[in-house]
Amino acid sequence: MSEHQFNQDAGQDRRDFLKTSAGLAGLTLAPGVLLYGISAYGRAPDEPASSEVRWGMLIDTTKCSSGCNDCVTACNTENGLDGKTGPQDSQWIRKVHIKDLQTSEQHDLPMMCQHCEHPPCVDVCPTGASFKRADGIVLVDRHICIGCRYCMMACPYKARSFVHEPLHDQKPDVPRGKGCVEACTFCVQRVDNDEQPACVEACNKAEHNAMLFGDLNNPASDIAKAVKTYATTEVRADLRLNTGVRYQGI
Amino acid sequence: MATNNCVDSKSFYGCAKSQQFWALLALGGLAMLGTLFAFFTLEHHGHILTGMNNQIVWGLPHVFAVFLIVAASGVLNVASIGSVFGKKIYKARAPLSGLLALAMLAGGLGVLVLDLGRSDRLVVAMTHYNFKSIFAWNMIFYNGFFAIVGLYLITLMSRNLKQYSKPVGLLAFLWRLALTTATGSIFGFLVARAGYNSALYAPMFIIYSFGYGLAAFIVVQSVMYKWNNIEVDVNILARLKNLLAVFIAAGLYFTIVLHLTNMYFAKQWDYEHFILVSGGIYTTLFWLGQVLIGGILPIMLLFSPAAKQHPAIVFVAALLVVIGGHAQMYVTIVGGQAFPLDMFPGYAVSSSFYDGEIHQYTPSIWELMLGMGGIAIAFLVTTIAVHILKFIPADDFKDIELADH
Repeated sequence: MSEHQFNQDAGQDRRDFLKTSAGLAGLTLAPGVLLYGISAYGRAPDEPASSEVRWGMLIDTTKCSSGCNDCVTACNTENGLDGKTGPQDSQWIRKVHIKDLQTSEQHDLPMMCQHCEHPPCVDVCPTGASFKRADGIVLVDRHICIGCRYCMMACPYKARSFVHEPLHDQKPDVPRGKGCVEACTFCVQRVDNDEQPACVEACNKAEHNAMLFGDLNNPASDIAKAVKTYATTEVRADLRLNTGVRYQGI
Repeated sequence: MATNNCVDSKSFYGCAKSQQFWALLALGGLAMLGTLFAFFTLEHHGHILTGMNNQIVWGLPHVFAVFLIVAASGVLNVASIGSVFGKKIYKARAPLSGLLALAMLAGGLGVLVLDLGRSDRLVVAMTHYNFKSIFAWNMIFYNGFFAIVGLYLITLMSRNLKQYSKPVGLLAFLWRLALTTATGSIFGFLVARAGYNSALYAPMFIIYSFGYGLAAFIVVQSVMYKWNNIEVDVNILARLKNLLAVFIAAGLYFTIVLHLTNMYFAKQWDYEHFILVSGGIYTTLFWLGQVLIGGILPIMLLFSPAAKQHPAIVFVAALLVVIGGHAQMYVTIVGGQAFPLDMFPGYAVSSSFYDGEIHQYTPSIWELMLGMGGIAIAFLVTTIAVHILKFIPADDFKDIELADH
């Protein structure tokens, strides 16, 4: 079994214990205040991701400001991207402007890897470098990516970038490399540390609150409740990829 | 099996040809040096030097590579018709057909490997397989093709193993059908892109491979004959030219069906309009390159009364098919990517990542040098092989002797 195929079950007791502890702490410390979201999801580096979690993101396009680019800037800073937007530059997240051709209704929304349950990039990757973690995060194993770019051909969201030139001063937590393909990782280095992705944090900091991140499998999480309450949209829903990123307002 | 070319009059090259052989080798070697220079330059600086980008991820090298791979499979058809279906004049051409298949596949794969972002990880590609990926299956088919066709060549050229040539030839025939099915499916399985996502790609690539392979075979055979001042038998010429015309017509038929199918679906209209009407270079290459130069003109030439007597006409027609084949690959591979992904049907889309617009691509000289490497590899392998082994169609040996004296 290759190293990136994370075990699904090991470490379950530890996580249950942490979840229970966090829940008890919340009930004890702040009666009446429910602590949902991503607390208690942090894990040790040697602890495998769990399939009991399905990380997802809900983007409310009605709250996404057309002039704001904070999510993109935060992503670039967090992941060590230079922020250039030439045809050969990497963009892990971009703001997309859409306009209805009949009604002229307009929206702005961030577009990135949709972390599909059935990701075409993973299907087509010849070496298995493109893979989906047990918790639904789609990643590229930089050790076995041969740079064939077939995943970029297959991605319906144009979410992937190819590193066209040598990189310098990389972030230790975010390995990148010339000749490999890369994409949004949901800031996996932060999520595993019990933090939110950088884009979500930046959006909240700007008080737009257009991005909600959390565990879709946890009925008590904000995102699961929102997805249950409001009509949400998957981009290219016709492909039935069951994306981890959902949109509201389009 | 190897012959001393200076004493054996049956050899393809005589003494007088020796210098020219070395000149050919130098020419191929020079092209290969250019390819290696391009490869190491790109290895050092990255693909930033190419015209390829995050929108057009496969470019000119892939056009050359996929053409060679598809033609490699098709060129084996000549041998298959001989061994599997027992046609004598094709049987005589089986060794050359097998050799060209190996040489062209080596050329095509060479380009693909040199264009990888991490060519140094070839071992990874050969040891890590995701069996859900048609690309991984292709690697198995390509490697198997080398082994099976290599074995097939041995059975064809060995005195003791000739009786095995039919079953091995049958296996090679079936394998090549599977291989081209898989090659076409690389595009057919791309569900998200308007230009691909069609089961037609598998049979269409097979029929393209028949045409491109036979055309490549006729080009090489013509050059070999010319080199030795041999006149091709008119009956043989008539058979080959008629078969090529049928393959080209069948290729055109599949092209028409693909586009008609797309035009039937309203969601594909924009893409069809792009390729057939408003796509600039892609529209030009489609109509002028793929349809006219690679289709209609060769058919007209091949069915012209003069073609029966003049091998030059058949040679030109075959050359046009090869040129048209490259145009087709450019339209299929680059044109298919140039048209933007339709993520939000009914909406106009724009972004810093070039969403919603026709993607631009200008190939660089480095890509051309990489791509030419495929042809150089195929050329070198063929030139060296025909120099040391008997690959010229055996039914013409009497003609060689006549020409030599």
